[in-house]
Amino acid sequence: MAAPLTLLLIVAVTIRAVLFRSSLAELISARVEVVSPLNAWKRVVEGLALLDLGVSPYSGDVFHETPLMIYLFHFTVDYAEIVFIVSAYFFRKQKYALESDRYSADCLELLRSPKEMFYIPLKVAMFYLLNPFTILSCVAKSTCGLNNAIIALFIFCTLKGSALLSGILLALATYQSIYPLTLFAPALLFFLQRLYIPVNLRRSSFWFFTLQYAFMYVGSLVVITGLSFFLLGSWDFIPSVYGFIFSVPDLTPNIGLFWYFFAEMFEHFRLFFSCVFQFNVFFYTIPLSIKLKEHPVFLIFMQIAIISIFKSYPTVGDVALYMAFLPAWSHLYRFLRNIFLVSCVLLACSALFPVLWHLWIYAGSANSNFYYAITLLFNFGQVKVFTTTWLTNCEWKNRWRNKVSLFINLY
Amino acid sequence: MLILSSLLLFILLAAARDEFQEELVIRPLHSGDIYASFQFRTLWDTDFLQEGQKVSHYRLFPKSLGQVLSKFSVRELHISFTQGFWRTMQWGQPFIPSPPGAELWVWFHDTVSDVDGNWKELTNVLSGIFCASLNFIDLTNTVQPSASFKPLGLGNATDHRFLRYATLPREIVCTENLTPWKKLLPCGSKAGLAVLMKSEKLFHSSFHSQAVHIRPICQDEQCSSKAWELRQTLNVVFDLHTSGQGKKEWSLFKMFSRTLTEACPLASSSKVYVDITDNPELFELSPATPLLGQAVVLGDRRTYSVYDLIMPTSSMVLSPCALGDMLRPLLHAERYVAGFGLQTGEIHTVIYNNHPYRAFPVLLMDSVPWYLQLYIHTLTVTSKSRDNKPSYIHYQPAKDRHRPHLLEMLIQLPPHSMTEVTVQFERALLKWTEYTPDPNHGFYVGSSVVSALVPSMVAMRTNFTQDQPLFSSFVPVKEESSYFVRVYTEPLLVNLPTPDFSMPYNVICLTCTVVAVGYGSFYNLLTRTFQVDEPSPPLSKRLANLIRRMRGVPLLT
Repeated sequence: MAAPLTLLLIVAVTIRAVLFRSSLAELISARVEVVSPLNAWKRVVEGLALLDLGVSPYSGDVFHETPLMIYLFHFTVDYAEIVFIVSAYFFRKQKYALESDRYSADCLELLRSPKEMFYIPLKVAMFYLLNPFTILSCVAKSTCGLNNAIIALFIFCTLKGSALLSGILLALATYQSIYPLTLFAPALLFFLQRLYIPVNLRRSSFWFFTLQYAFMYVGSLVVITGLSFFLLGSWDFIPSVYGFIFSVPDLTPNIGLFWYFFAEMFEHFRLFFSCVFQFNVFFYTIPLSIKLKEHPVFLIFMQIAIISIFKSYPTVGDVALYMAFLPAWSHLYRFLRNIFLVSCVLLACSALFPVLWHLWIYAGSANSNFYYAITLLFNFGQVKVFTTTWLTNCEWKNRWRNKVSLFINLY
Repeated sequence: MLILSSLLLFILLAAARDEFQEELVIRPLHSGDIYASFQFRTLWDTDFLQEGQKVSHYRLFPKSLGQVLSKFSVRELHISFTQGFWRTMQWGQPFIPSPPGAELWVWFHDTVSDVDGNWKELTNVLSGIFCASLNFIDLTNTVQPSASFKPLGLGNATDHRFLRYATLPREIVCTENLTPWKKLLPCGSKAGLAVLMKSEKLFHSSFHSQAVHIRPICQDEQCSSKAWELRQTLNVVFDLHTSGQGKKEWSLFKMFSRTLTEACPLASSSKVYVDITDNPELFELSPATPLLGQAVVLGDRRTYSVYDLIMPTSSMVLSPCALGDMLRPLLHAERYVAGFGLQTGEIHTVIYNNHPYRAFPVLLMDSVPWYLQLYIHTLTVTSKSRDNKPSYIHYQPAKDRHRPHLLEMLIQLPPHSMTEVTVQFERALLKWTEYTPDPNHGFYVGSSVVSALVPSMVAMRTNFTQDQPLFSSFVPVKEESSYFVRVYTEPLLVNLPTPDFSMPYNVICLTCTVVAVGYGSFYNLLTRTFQVDEPSPPLSKRLANLIRRMRGVPLLT
């Protein structure tokens, strides 16, 4: 197991190093699909330059990173490339832990053999490290890679059973971008399942553990926020980072749905629709937790997918994060409907994004509608990917339970 | 008759203690154009800003401006409207520089508590007085320069919180702006030099700039008494080639289509200066005048023929034959946008120091609108292809939709060199309502301001005399060896990416559709239960079962 993993690591690091040194690095770090106003490296450098000039980085509207990030890069700005490669490495450590979640059953054609299961972490690592989206994100030095690493570490600690570390890492992930807040529920459900505490609102043990975990999480969040305040001496970073994420003032095109919607929004309805769109991300937590309370790992995957699609400034790095989870459900591959169609849609959109961007911005022969259409299609494809995965997961559960052929009466 | 009128004038002057002077300077330029500069100065010994006592008796000073000064506690006001761009390399330095479009900068008094509120109201009031759209000046294009715009009048103000500077590069100047400007003059356009200002000819020119400058000044060397000075200036550059003159011959009638008849009776001095420094023996001025004056202005000693209108004279004709070498302007600046596409770009500002052996520092001020996001870490200053680090940088980044970028730098220019300042920027996508009706025309970026104390080849006069010509006394001269120069660069025109303006409803529908597809699938999967269903038997079996049921026999499975 160690040998193929090491080989994979070497290949991944080589690809990234080669691309870092080539002239493509400049080109990639300017692409709007890969970087967004929240996590562009150019803006981090700009924030550091403003700090050197004696101006607060949050006094303008260019820099939207958290203060801890400034101080991290203040010291490592020359070695930034190494930081990003290392964070990619951390990511796949957690994949080992997924094995412990699998049920053992004797229905062989529905499950993978133990031999297959052995290779899942390697497949997951491969899916992430060699995914072109991740490579682009890393070469562009987008801080999305760091966010992904923190989320991966959080999942690792959760699966390993360490509640305190998991709480701290989740607080760190929430501090970076507010959306991982929704991952609190699946983590909680996982711990409850692991400790054999039934999810019953009337049981005191449930509340006891929930409060414990919530306290650890909220406590670490408060500590981290307080630390940021003391680092820079003001609360400016809160409207600059969190206010920016929620109110979406910057309409730079990206692969998400927000930018064109708010560029063409009537002023009167702007506040209403911002609230609706932001609520849309957090809204699915409770219903999904109720439905999937026995499968917290799948719930984590669903939450990450929802965040990646409906967040205010998505990039391909976020897409790569949930795509890396797909090999963990390789037992579903046989049953995935329309998978060919959906993957073709995603591939075609990924290819068309730079083409239509060039036609709009540089050639002047297309207009913003072309790029917007591809955005719509890409997001539609992503929605189809994870709803299909979920659907086949439900089917698989039923088959496994009933071991009979199924006639599913759906749409 | 003459004695009586002058006696009357003296009495009036003694009573009200205000004074009006007018002058016109005509300078033929080396490119064949004629530069005419009118200056009208009203000096008034009063205090607008004193508490309690409202000034109510206006004579020469226009009442509208006086009321503006007292209501908004303004200490200095400078407003200019310019059509065209001053070509420094071909025409030399102007007496009073101004950027294309409208420019307004104001120093408020220390007692003002809400400077932004006063600024907003002031711009609206001035917009009404000058019939210009100055109401477009708001916080998104106003800056507070820290070093570039020190007070030109009295006052040792160092707190730039009371200074506001704004420019509207898109503003067009026309007759509508000239008429209220002329109305502010004591004699209007009925007598004196203002008779020459007729719009058909004035706007048929290469450059036209009208300005109003109000400031408090000292009336004598010891500054024992202070007065308010109102200067109205009009600079025009006529292009003789396009106005149909084949030969290099001009007359006042040909330029302005009017002749001077009499001086303004309210003026204490009314003079016309004609610059004859370049090859005086080749000029022929008619009617000739024995009066010659010399003045040092902009680091250059020039000789002028002086015509005094208080003593009446007739129209003037001049026929120059050849012109000598022009004094090369020592400081010159250009600006342009580099790059392609609608995503990024670079602003290049090039400053030339043409002095052969002296280096001097310049203060460069750039005010860039918020929708062009500047990246200050890409700022490079190179002189003679070597890095030249500015000794003072004041940078205030922009806040989206609230204030623009302000960048001020003190750069040392090496002698006889070209210095290039480059900054990269990114173009933002705006909301569809924030675009002008013609979005593909582009967005204007106001001119950069380069201010410097340029070393002078000729000693400047620092002592203060009352009979100095107006054009040489505008900028206070603090030392003999240098003079103050302000150079404005070209405004920039930058294109931004535009959304499709016909699509708001479609976009809302389509985006909500995708979100609804997600929501619908989720709802489906959350609420649907899966159940096992027996597959339906084939048709033959069903028919057989039907017959069996009728017969009462057990069914097939």
